[in-house]
Amino acid sequence: MSETSVLPGINEPRQGQTPDEHGHFGVYGGRFVAETLIEPLNELTKACEKYMQDKEFLAEFAHDLKTFVGRPSPLYHAQRWSGKVAGAQIFLKREDLNHTGAHKINNTVGQVLLAKRMGKTRIIAETGAGQHGVATATVAARMGLQCVVYMGAEDIQRQAVNVFRMKLLGAEVVEVTSGSKTLKDAMNEAMRDWVSNVDDTFYIIGTVAGPHPYPVLVRDLQTIIGREAREQCLETTGKLPDTVIACVGGGSNAIGLFYPFIDDSPVRLIGVEAGGSGINTGQHAAPLAAGRPGVLHGNRTYLMEDEHGQIMQTHSISAGLDYPGVGPEHAWLKDSGRVEYVTINDVEALAAFHELTRTEGIMPALESSHALAHASKIATDMGKDEMIVVNLSGRGDKDIQTVAAIEGITL
Amino acid sequence: MGRISSAFQLLKRQNKKGLIPFIAAGDPSPRVTVAIMRTLVEHGADLIELGIPFSDPVADGPIIQRASERAVAQGISLRNVLQMVERFRQSDTRTPVILMGYLNPIEVFGYEEFAEAAAAAGVDGAIIVDMPPEEAGLLNQRLRHKRIDQIFLIAPTTTGQRIEIIAEITSGFLYYVSVKGVTGGKGADIAEVNKKLALVRQKSDLPVAVGFGIKDAESAARIADCCDAVIVGSALVEKIHDAGAKKEDISADIGSFISPVRRALDKAASRAMN
Repeated sequence: MSETSVLPGINEPRQGQTPDEHGHFGVYGGRFVAETLIEPLNELTKACEKYMQDKEFLAEFAHDLKTFVGRPSPLYHAQRWSGKVAGAQIFLKREDLNHTGAHKINNTVGQVLLAKRMGKTRIIAETGAGQHGVATATVAARMGLQCVVYMGAEDIQRQAVNVFRMKLLGAEVVEVTSGSKTLKDAMNEAMRDWVSNVDDTFYIIGTVAGPHPYPVLVRDLQTIIGREAREQCLETTGKLPDTVIACVGGGSNAIGLFYPFIDDSPVRLIGVEAGGSGINTGQHAAPLAAGRPGVLHGNRTYLMEDEHGQIMQTHSISAGLDYPGVGPEHAWLKDSGRVEYVTINDVEALAAFHELTRTEGIMPALESSHALAHASKIATDMGKDEMIVVNLSGRGDKDIQTVAAIEGITL
Repeated sequence: MGRISSAFQLLKRQNKKGLIPFIAAGDPSPRVTVAIMRTLVEHGADLIELGIPFSDPVADGPIIQRASERAVAQGISLRNVLQMVERFRQSDTRTPVILMGYLNPIEVFGYEEFAEAAAAAGVDGAIIVDMPPEEAGLLNQRLRHKRIDQIFLIAPTTTGQRIEIIAEITSGFLYYVSVKGVTGGKGADIAEVNKKLALVRQKSDLPVAVGFGIKDAESAARIADCCDAVIVGSALVEKIHDAGAKKEDISADIGSFISPVRRALDKAASRAMN
């Protein structure tokens, strides 16, 4: 791979895709926060504008991605699985091989460098499954910064191992008992912390949601996934993939993979939301498929909400997709039609989890298993010379307790 | 002139400081909200802030969060809150009522529909915590059209330039958030508040109310000198919840909480005169 592909950050502005100065993607995005946070967000925006173009900053980020995260991550041809599916050739972008086991670290490595340059001494984050919390605790430990992670009481129960990992890394994990006690409430609590400690605290949001500039900042830090994948496709097969697939919770691994392919109009882009027990049951986490636009966590986007505008409880087998909103750029990409959004339910995702584990010796995260399940669904109808790239956004080790519990096994 | 401006003019003529209690609509039960509003007026409230329940109140501390959760659990919607205002108006046509809450219930209701229904119910103002001026254009237009004042917040972090933007779009009064934090937190640093409010006064002639961290007569009296009105929220919401858990009629409890605040404000105002 050439040297430029690991240089992150600078995305060529595209017509209509870069948000306006207030962070609007069409009607989505923006900055819907209490007044106290406006100035801190302005400061962060200024820092992004400065450093995301700064050679020294980008070189340091690239160096950390290479030596600390372990990039570039491979593009792996899942030959045996492709053979079984008997259709298109499926390639996996191996974000599961990153340090800490998921794509989340790309973002936290970048944001902590910004925090350092802004002189902040305290890092806070929200986490659902615990992957973003671990990725944040990791970079805070490495930089010697104080770290507080907010996590819903429900998720603390479900993800005990990640809670312990964060504590080992020196982070304080604060149990959130308000509301539905899951990711959305953890994000509420992190925002309350930030508003109370704006002077010394940097809030590392884990996905492409939140108030401007977070959706753009996190996207730009995650596009390394797509830039590598695009180049690796050309290198290995001499052509671009026919289809690119990623799971969508908040949507950071998906936007990171999709973004560099957006101008490649023949490349089909598919985002896979969590269908939970099935869209018709209401027990899911698929705002793009079954929600409608509203305002939550600082941005306007598709939400799962009731008729009065109260945010609804979500359900997914994967804690990382269990969120009632989605990044505003995804909302915009859905309306524009450039990206298709589909759903995969719990049962299908679990089947794909087992299938990949047994066929390729790769245990995928339950989040990524949603993307894998959809890939195998559509691959059968595609030709053997066609190519699908799936974002294997994280490894499944964190999920084995969940899988065991579903199958009635006590570990 | 709207009820809010009239109320502040009257306060000025009488050399009084305004008392603005905040309550969470529907907590402890939707049946008692209107009665609580009336009790507040009897005990000296000049304006009333009525909180619209929302599932994700990010700017609120634990007390108002829980109150909001309880109201949401009882299914209290924005439409129900408007009905409460309508009932309040049957016996009180003078006291301004300001709805306070988050944007999403209003998004779902529809901006135009909200402005119309709120005006019809007798609402005088709206504070939408997560809607800064930059995002408020369309809703602000609709509210203005129905003569509803949209009140924006000024925070300790707000720059001088932004104060001008906020003062420009606000009508009724300016709401100064006295602390960096959520509702119901620590008390404000009076010197800091004074400094910031001096800047606000330079930029705007609107009355200024101060909220966040004012929990009793003493803290109200301390802040009164530098503003036109004080907002008491979390401490009152807690009082209502504690009393409401034990009995149906809590008017005496509300009275014993709010009357000392009223007296403290009046004393502060007369002290300032002399």
